[in-house]
Amino acid sequence: MRINDISLPRVSPRVLFVLMSAGLLLLPVYAQLIDVPFYITLVSRMMIFAIIALSLGFILGFAGMVCFGQAAFAGIGAYVVLVFNHHAATGTPLVSGPLTLHSTASAFVTWPMAMLVSAFAAFVIGVFALRTRGVYFIMITLAFAQMIYFFFINLKGYGGEDGMRLSGRSTFSGLIDLGDQLTFYYVTLAVLALVYFLLRRLVDSRFGLVLRGNRQNERRMAALGFSTMKFKLVAFTMSGAIAGLAGALMVNHGEFISPAFMHWVRSSDIIAMVVLGGYANLMGPVLGAGIILGLEDVLSSYTEHWQIIYGPLLLLVVLFARRGMYGIVTGRGADND
Amino acid sequence: MTDLLEVKALHKHFGGLAATNNLNLAVRKGETHALIGPNGAGKSTLMNQLTGEIAPSQGQILFDGLDITALPVHERTHLGMARSYQLTTIFQGFSALENVMLAVQGYLRKSFRFWENARKEKALREPAMALLERVGLLQRADVIADNLAHGEQRQLELAMALASKPRLLLLDEPLAGMGSEDSLRIIELLAELKKSHTLLLIEHDMNAIFSLADRVSVLVYGTVIATGTVDEIKVNPEVQTAYLGDQNEEFHA
Repeated sequence: MRINDISLPRVSPRVLFVLMSAGLLLLPVYAQLIDVPFYITLVSRMMIFAIIALSLGFILGFAGMVCFGQAAFAGIGAYVVLVFNHHAATGTPLVSGPLTLHSTASAFVTWPMAMLVSAFAAFVIGVFALRTRGVYFIMITLAFAQMIYFFFINLKGYGGEDGMRLSGRSTFSGLIDLGDQLTFYYVTLAVLALVYFLLRRLVDSRFGLVLRGNRQNERRMAALGFSTMKFKLVAFTMSGAIAGLAGALMVNHGEFISPAFMHWVRSSDIIAMVVLGGYANLMGPVLGAGIILGLEDVLSSYTEHWQIIYGPLLLLVVLFARRGMYGIVTGRGADND
Repeated sequence: MTDLLEVKALHKHFGGLAATNNLNLAVRKGETHALIGPNGAGKSTLMNQLTGEIAPSQGQILFDGLDITALPVHERTHLGMARSYQLTTIFQGFSALENVMLAVQGYLRKSFRFWENARKEKALREPAMALLERVGLLQRADVIADNLAHGEQRQLELAMALASKPRLLLLDEPLAGMGSEDSLRIIELLAELKKSHTLLLIEHDMNAIFSLADRVSVLVYGTVIATGTVDEIKVNPEVQTAYLGDQNEEFHA
């Protein structure tokens, strides 16, 4: 018997969406009422991972690509912001030589740059990896992700293996102060909402239908006249850009980044978030990120071996609830077909 | 009459096995051409080379005079070739209507649209509904393809193939696995399509071939041993020995 067959109190996807939105909007109020400001930081972190998980959930659930490089794409985004801010803080030029480029800590420049560089990395990897399918695709994205990981380990100018502290958070021309926890929380929520909304439109658009069709039967799609590789590559590149944006938020959140974050184990955590939450829907990855980071926080307060409990939990969901937490909560099947 | 499809000295080797062996074939504009042959004669391998899913080892394929031997699958579709598969390859998770809408979208070539809800677009819905009506599936438009009966799924296949307004329809066993009632409906439908399209048909059902085909080519061991009208093929001695010998009872059925 599957968990989905057991009758549980269910909520419709719409109600779930409203509950999650209201919860995220009001959490800071609650945190201040009970005087645990730590929750604001924790949930900010959950939302950043939710964005990374969404970037993966989009290509995994709707286009059938199990990518092992999501943490690497996010890490690239984080490093882009770090490098810009480092040079801005030390007053050193970003690029010197015949052409001297001065740096800036402005998020209006650095965040789009983070997205652009991550998107470019995804594009290059995609050109190679998308020629393959299934296990081979997983292995190639994994191999590229490890190459990126070792590249940053060898980047001695920016901390090498030890990583580097962010010299001052991204600025918004004096409009927004990211140093304020509450402000940071709502900026992150706004980015999450925007990404969710854009992806929501995207998966129901013509482009989205092509991806869904590809996932079900790529051969047939070609026979219908679709140049399938092009669509997959564009989707993969978009996914990289979104992960890069999450990386920009992440480095501002922890004010630190190191290659450890880009290790493939991190990418597997993100896959776990997507699978646990449910990859047949865009709400699933958001749920998954929240649940896993929440579990980590709660369980690790009891034991440092919190994964002993987390592992079997993940196993249960994978074995008995194929549609993840989203399926358990809403009782709905996939909407990625 | 001129040839719409021309296959010249086509070879395909899988290791030591010659699945297609110096194969020549011409399909005239407007005709219904049936391809018959025993199992393992290389019919499907030929079909896959015609659509571009398999690259030939040697030889040439011309479509309306244009050499398409090296063109990828999707570009052949846009030139006006469409195929239906032997095993039903519809999108099981989509409704019948959505299947055809996706096929229409493939034909329109405007799929880099990221915002509008495609399922509500008239430009996709209306042509798709018209195609469903044409194959007799209009009443089943909103049924998830997986829940359609086998015969209906074949009808859906045809609607999808027609979406690209093809000049040449390649039909790989359109009657495979069908009951006699369903078969009759599809044969009727093919007879209708025959009026407006050039058809190349792989089929085992001799009744269907006799009622539909203008010409028949017989494929044995990867090569065409005879081409002619149904009556010519019936009495061809080479065909008798190579192919019909052991299947005479079916032939007279």
